[in-house]
Amino acid sequence: MIRFVTSRLFRAGLTVLSVMTFAFVVLRMSGDPAQVLLGPDVPQNVVQDFRDRWGLDDPIWQQYLSYLRAMLHGDFGLSMRDRSPAIDLVMQRIPATLQLTIPALILQLAFGIPAGIYAALKRGTLADRGVIVTAIVGFTVPSFVLGLLLVLIFAVTLGILPSGGASSWQHAILPVLTMSIGGIGVLARFSRSAMIEVMGQPYIRTASAKGVSWGDVVRNHALPNAAVPIVTIVGFMVGSLIAGAIIVETIFSWPGMGRLLIVSVTNRDLAVVQCILLLVAAVMVVSNLTVDLLYGWLDPRLRQTAPAH
Amino acid sequence: MDNLVEIRNLRVAFDGVPVLHGIDLDVAPGEALGLVGESGCGKSVTWLAALGLLPGKATVSGSVRLQGQDLATAPRRTLERVRGGRIAMIFQDPSSALNPVIRVGQQIIEALRLHRGLTGAAARAEALRLMDLVGIPDARNRFSLYTHEFSGGQAQRLMIAMALAGEPDLLIADEPTTALDATIQAQILDLLVTLRREMSMATVFISHDLAAVAQVCERVCVMYAGKIIEEGHVGQLFETPRHPYTRGLFDAIPTLSGPLRRLVPIPGTVPDPRELPPGCAFAPRCNRARAFCSQHRPELLPQPEGRQLACAFPVPITQDIVHRQEEYQ
Ligand SMILES: Nc1ncnc2c1ncn2[C@@H]1O[C@H](COP(=O)(O)OP(=O)(O)O)[C@@H](O)[C@H]1O
Ligand SMILES: [Mg+2]
Repeated sequence: MIRFVTSRLFRAGLTVLSVMTFAFVVLRMSGDPAQVLLGPDVPQNVVQDFRDRWGLDDPIWQQYLSYLRAMLHGDFGLSMRDRSPAIDLVMQRIPATLQLTIPALILQLAFGIPAGIYAALKRGTLADRGVIVTAIVGFTVPSFVLGLLLVLIFAVTLGILPSGGASSWQHAILPVLTMSIGGIGVLARFSRSAMIEVMGQPYIRTASAKGVSWGDVVRNHALPNAAVPIVTIVGFMVGSLIAGAIIVETIFSWPGMGRLLIVSVTNRDLAVVQCILLLVAAVMVVSNLTVDLLYGWLDPRLRQTAPAH
Repeated sequence: MDNLVEIRNLRVAFDGVPVLHGIDLDVAPGEALGLVGESGCGKSVTWLAALGLLPGKATVSGSVRLQGQDLATAPRRTLERVRGGRIAMIFQDPSSALNPVIRVGQQIIEALRLHRGLTGAAARAEALRLMDLVGIPDARNRFSLYTHEFSGGQAQRLMIAMALAGEPDLLIADEPTTALDATIQAQILDLLVTLRREMSMATVFISHDLAAVAQVCERVCVMYAGKIIEEGHVGQLFETPRHPYTRGLFDAIPTLSGPLRRLVPIPGTVPDPRELPPGCAFAPRCNRARAFCSQHRPELLPQPEGRQLACAFPVPITQDIVHRQEEYQ
C-alpha cells in the first residue's frame, strides 16, 4: 500500500512538472509579452526596459531555473499587467469557477448515472432508446453551440434568463446547464454499458438462482460492480469540466478562472497563465489519484491484502 | 413415491428460434439423475427455464411442477423462495459465478437469511459450519476473503456451501467440474456424492463427462439438439447404449477397463438450432441412419427393457444381454 501510494505520488509530481515545463517553454516561444502588452508604438528604450525588468532576454534555461527556484519558495510570480501576485489574481477567480463546476458536476452525477442504469435495466425498450438518443445528442453538440442555443431560447426569445454576467444566481443557470449536459450524456451512456455488462455476468445469475429478489440483485449485486468503471469515468470528467469552464465562462462573460486564462494568454501574461495551468494540472492529478484510491476501495481484486494462509 | 419435479413438454425459444423441443423429465426425491450431451444440446437451458432464470428474450412454455405446484405460473415471490430454498443450482465456472466485490462469507449468509431467516452470530456460525462441511480449510479466517483469493476448486466448494445454505430438496449441478483440473474434479465429485448421501438431497448432474456421470448418478438422460433421446438406468446405458448418439458418446471416451480400442469421435457437430434437419436431428451424423430418418422425427418411447428411446433404427441388443438388462427394471 505504501509503495502503491508512493509510486502514484511520484508519477503525479512528474505529471505536474511536465505540464509546468511545457507551458513555460511554449509560452516563451509563441510570442513576445513586451510587444503584446506595450503595443507596437512604444519607443524602443521602453520596450528594452520592460524586457530587462522581467528578465526576458536571459537564456530560457536561466529563466526556467529562476522560475523553479521561486516556486520552491512559494512565489508564483507577478502579473505583467499590474504587478500584483499572479496567485492572488487566480485565487480571486476560483470561487466563481467553482460556482459553475460544482453544480455542473452534481447535475452530471445526479442525472447521468441514474439515467444510464435505468436504460440498462430497461434495455431494448422505448425508454432505453430515448435515453441513448438524448445522451448522444447531449455529448455530440459542442458546448459553444449548446451555449448559444440556450441563450437564443431562454435569453433572447423567452427573455426569462440573463445571457451573461454574474450578478445573481439566475446568471449561473445557463452556464451550468451548458457545462453539464455533455457530461450527463457521457455518463448516461457509460453507466448504461457498464450496467449491461455487469447484468450479463455469471454472478448475477447466481444471485437470482439463490432466491435474491430482482431489486436486491440490482442494488446489492450489480451496482457495487458497475460502480468500479463508473468512478473512473467520473474522474476523467473532472478534467473535461475544467476545459468546459474555459469555453462557458467566455461565452457567458463569467468572471472565473477560465476567462482569466483566455485573457492572460491573449496578453501573454506569463506568470498568470503558468499559475492557472499549474492549478489545472494539480486538480487533474488529484482527481486521478482519488480515482485510483476509490478503485482499490471498490474493487477488492485491486486491493493489497495480507496473504491468505 | 411421488416425483419431486415433473417437467412436461418444456419448450424454449430464443428470439423465435426453438432450442428445446418438448422436454419431459422427472426427478424423484433423493435420486441422482445425470443429464449428458454435447455442448449446446440444451442441458443448461432446461434447468434455467425451469427456475425462470432465462433472459426476457426467451419464450418458455410447458409445465414444471415441484411436488404438484406449477412453477411456470407461480407468482414471483413463490419462485424466489423455490430458488435456492427448494432447488439450488451451481454452475460451470465457479470463479465468475461468485460476486467479486462481496465477501464470500456474506454471500453464504445472504442465502441463510433468505431461506432460513438466520442473521447475526447464528448466520455466521452456520456459514462457517457449511464452509467446513464442503472442505474449506481454516474457514474462520477465510470467511472475510473475496472470490479472487480462492482457487477454482475452492470457489466451487463455496458455491456448493451457498447452495446447501437453503437446505434444498434438489441440487442442479451444471457442469460443476468442467472448468477444474482433473484432480480437483475428482474431489468435487466425491464431495457431491457424499453430500447427497448425507443430506438425502436429489441431484441433477449435468455433464458431458460420462465417467463422472457414472460415478455420481443412478439414472441418465441423454440430450441431443433440445430433446431427450435416451433415458435409462446408468448401468443399462453404459453397457448397451441403444441410441447411436449415446453409443457414439461412449465410443469417443477412453475406458480404463476392457479391451483397448480405437476412440471414434462422432463426426460433425451439433446442428445450429436455426438449421435443424427436418427428420431426426441426429440423422446427418448417424451411421445407422436411413432415408426414413431424414423425414420422420422419432418420439421418445418406453422400451421393453425399461429404458426410453427415440430412434427408429437403434443399436440392437443381443439375447444374453437382455437377461441382464431385466435386472435393472
Ligand atoms: N441466452 C441465450 N440466448 C440465445 N441463445 C441461447 C442462450 N442460452 C442458450 N442459448 C442456445 O440454446 C441452446 C442450448 O444451450 P445450452 O442449454 O446452454 O446448452 P448446453 O447443453 O451446453 O448446456 C444453444 O444452441 C445455445 O446457443
Ligand atoms: Mg451448459
